[in-house]
Amino acid sequence: MATQYEFEHPKKAFGWAARDTSGVLSPFNFSRREPSEKDVALKILYCGICHSDLHKMKNEWGTINYPFVPGHEIVGIVTEVGNKVRKFKVGDKVGVGCLVDSCHSCQNCANNLENYCPTFTLTDGSKYSDGTATYGGYSDSMVSDEHFVFHIPDELPLDAAAPLLCAGITVYSPLRYFGLDKPGLHVGVVGLGGLGHMAVKFAKAFGTKVTVISTSPSKEKEAIKNLGADSFLISRDKDQMKAAMGTLDGIIDTVSADHPLLPLIGLLKSHGKLVMVGAPEKPLELPVFPLLAGRKIIAGSLIGGIKETQEMIDFAAKHKVKPDIEIIPIDYVNTAMERLLKADVKYRFVIDIGNTLKPSS
Amino acid sequence: MAKSYETELPLKAFGWAGTDTSGTLSPFNFSRRENGDDDVTLKILFCGVCHSDLHTLKNDWGFTTYPVVPGHEIVGEVTKIGNNVKNFKVGDKVGVGVMVESCQTCENCQQDLENYCPKLVFTYNSPYNGTRTYGGYSDFVVVHQRYVLQFPANLPLDAGAPLLCAGITVYSPMKYYGMTEPGKHLGVAGLGGLGHVAIKFGKAFGLKVTVISTSPNKKSEAIDKLGADSFIVSNDPEQMKAATGTIDYIIDTISADHSVLPLLGLLKLNGKLVTVGLPSKPLELPVFPLVAGRKLIGGSNFGGIKETQEMLDFCGKHNITADIELIKMDQINTAMERLSKADVKYRFVIDVANSFSSL
Repeated sequence: MATQYEFEHPKKAFGWAARDTSGVLSPFNFSRREPSEKDVALKILYCGICHSDLHKMKNEWGTINYPFVPGHEIVGIVTEVGNKVRKFKVGDKVGVGCLVDSCHSCQNCANNLENYCPTFTLTDGSKYSDGTATYGGYSDSMVSDEHFVFHIPDELPLDAAAPLLCAGITVYSPLRYFGLDKPGLHVGVVGLGGLGHMAVKFAKAFGTKVTVISTSPSKEKEAIKNLGADSFLISRDKDQMKAAMGTLDGIIDTVSADHPLLPLIGLLKSHGKLVMVGAPEKPLELPVFPLLAGRKIIAGSLIGGIKETQEMIDFAAKHKVKPDIEIIPIDYVNTAMERLLKADVKYRFVIDIGNTLKPSS
Repeated sequence: MAKSYETELPLKAFGWAGTDTSGTLSPFNFSRRENGDDDVTLKILFCGVCHSDLHTLKNDWGFTTYPVVPGHEIVGEVTKIGNNVKNFKVGDKVGVGVMVESCQTCENCQQDLENYCPKLVFTYNSPYNGTRTYGGYSDFVVVHQRYVLQFPANLPLDAGAPLLCAGITVYSPMKYYGMTEPGKHLGVAGLGGLGHVAIKFGKAFGLKVTVISTSPNKKSEAIDKLGADSFIVSNDPEQMKAATGTIDYIIDTISADHSVLPLLGLLKLNGKLVTVGLPSKPLELPVFPLVAGRKLIGGSNFGGIKETQEMLDFCGKHNITADIELIKMDQINTAMERLSKADVKYRFVIDVANSFSSL
């Protein structure tokens, strides 16, 4: 039944795929290309589960062709390198993130901003320029152009390194780009999930003061004791929010559910910046008066370029910034998705591909 | 009731005020303070009519206290200076803009950003020392020297008045958000008082300028008279589509409710949309285009004193003034009606001195 996918490319591959909008994942035999002269082939050991995987498995954004193999927080060991590959050798510990190709000729690509290339190719659920589908990291192997492969330093445990490749870079990039990485600044983080907990850790590593803003009072203790946040605001508590008005230099907003922006704009000092990294489906209400009266900015940011992703990984290794993960076997993945939907995870599931993903007999 | 406005302060003053949400202005006797050691008194010669004046007269924003004497694009002649005033002398031509006081101690004031001071006092409609501030639709004003601007000698006083609000309101964000690199592409959304000055600044900075407007009939003016390089009709989907991703930054001067999504679409990746108009309702913010293109929406509110002076000097150097229609004070109500229909090219300016000559 799935035979066409097995013969599409020369190298046999095995993973789990969603077949329809129910989003349920099941074993899937497919194939990958032979590594070309610039390619790196890797045996996948771990893959993080991103909330985007869930959106895409159910085709909520209308961009998916089934069968869809998710996964773009991939960590593994190099098994083969093309003869023009310079940066990697067999046995290296490597990662592959959200991108596997870009045009290499636009101004954004030239400026190491492949994540803003108008024709970038996503690792999962996308199409290469030859029209073949990209299959992600819920699978046993990966072949990628070396430009899009990262070194994982020895100081980082491989399983915990996986979520850096999407969650990590998605918050690291705007903290740097919008200048929220200076010691002494006061940074807010809205939402305490995969992205939010990474934002807290990076912001603390940068020497900023960090306040978590959340709808869940139960997360306060974790935020402060485990993640190192300096304070916690319950966004529905009007008094707390009022007392904190005009105290934040910047906010990283990781929430993709519909939510009001006005209270967050109020938390900013004048000239402050609210950076959206979650992508609510419907437009939000933008109150203009407070933007003007305080010369405040609302901006967005999308993952990160390749160069800065490697920089982020090296920074994380040096400053011991590690995602908090729950390792699961592959056959738990559908249950994990149900729990993810209810935000029931601290703070990223990581699939133990190496030990649990075996082709069905 | 009127007696108390006339006597609450020592100096008799006369102007026109709005007294209720109809926004209709009528003659108003009131009073101003004595000229203190740090003050400058100026006889008002001209005062620009800003759309904010109209919003305030009608209490559109909900914080008007009547009676209100609007006017914050004031140009006049110094008639008296206090003992501590060194930078002005009697006879100087000066300007007063949107503010007349700030705290001087907060971080913003310390950085010449008085316009973001939490204790900012506006030139009109602000509480001040037990009374309120009254603006430039009047015969004279007394202002602390810190908030008085030197008016460039080579600029006409009447056409220069709108620089004190419209001018600085677009100049400040153009500088702050880096919209000054020659060769880059600036979009100006809305072609009114603010928009037409933004075109002039854009050209002076060496930018390519495209006007984005709902009114096709403004095109030949924009290009032939104001110097814009091109013009897009914003409710023409084909024109908007053709211009997708071509603009580096946009100054959005529109205060009517409008959709931000098409403007975001015009921006190149990493583009900036800066809003200086004040719609009465929140706008709809589609987040995905911001995220996918690392675009930003920023606000800006007129400018600090130092940069207002810098802006005036820049205008003096480049001969930039507003395009105005001069009116007498007793035509103000008709002017306001026309302003509400955007029927002016592009700022009314009240010839104050010649309106009150009967006094």
